[in-house]
Amino acid sequence: MRNSDNTTLDQIDRRIIEATQAGFPITARPYHVIAEQLELEPKLVIERIGKLLEQGIIRRIGVVPNHYRLGYRANGMTVWDVPDEKINELGNKIGALDFVSHCYHRPRHLPDWPYNLFAMVHGYDKQTTDNYINEIAAILGAANRQHTVLYSTRILKKTGMRIGNTQ
Amino acid sequence: MNEVDRSIINHMQEGFPVCERPFAMLAEQLNLEENELILRVQALRDDGTLSRFGPLYNIEMLGGIYCLVAMQIPEHDLEKVIEAVNSYPEVAHNYERTHELNVWFVLAAESESQLEDLLADIETQTGYPTFAMPKLDEYFVRLKFDA
Repeated sequence: MRNSDNTTLDQIDRRIIEATQAGFPITARPYHVIAEQLELEPKLVIERIGKLLEQGIIRRIGVVPNHYRLGYRANGMTVWDVPDEKINELGNKIGALDFVSHCYHRPRHLPDWPYNLFAMVHGYDKQTTDNYINEIAAILGAANRQHTVLYSTRILKKTGMRIGNTQ
Repeated sequence: MNEVDRSIINHMQEGFPVCERPFAMLAEQLNLEENELILRVQALRDDGTLSRFGPLYNIEMLGGIYCLVAMQIPEHDLEKVIEAVNSYPEVAHNYERTHELNVWFVLAAESESQLEDLLADIETQTGYPTFAMPKLDEYFVRLKFDA
């Protein structure tokens, strides 16, 4: 997954990344404000951010809603035990469902943890989320050897993301 | 939240222009005035409807590592272990979940070796094993919530 080899970031990129990790200013010319703060030309900041986006270093630019506030109350981490040789094909199918926000292949820890496919599922209520889970089970069919759902009962810590190695 | 706010949230999850006046460009698509759009985004950010506005970085491409870690902690030790785990600045998110593996957190490390050291240290400090679940593959998602 690490892809730092074929992307070279210079000092300007790193300063832009650091200045924008917490977000953009909400103002008519956000890139100008960032440029001013970093004592760079606005044109250069726009060009570099465009390039970071193109390279995938920025996944996307936009808003992240608080999904609880939008009424998504039943948010389950669904985990599935599927054959390793089929996981990429199945993972792509499950990730494409519009109620799945994250979908990953992760290692098993046998015998305690047999699950290798993780999909975060979001619904307005438990009934809806249960229906979504049934939909995933139907897609996986016989490839689903067992599954379970973990609901979060408490947020124990939530801090902003921290980018390492940017110095 | 009204219909205009909903369309702003839905639209702005898809992307944000990289140009001199991005809000003006977006406002045109949404049939709003630039200033109205800015005020509404600010209000949605202030009241917590939006938890973030800006770029989402791919941390792996910046040379960092994020690893999901699970632990199985019995009730009588739970609060003590949570406190110990949360005290690490490298622990980003931590959730209690409905499973025997009941504590799930994300560790941010700068390298594989730092990650291993952190896991070993957490095990020593808490007296419980850790189950590291790094992502082996990530599948494309739409990642959009309907407002």
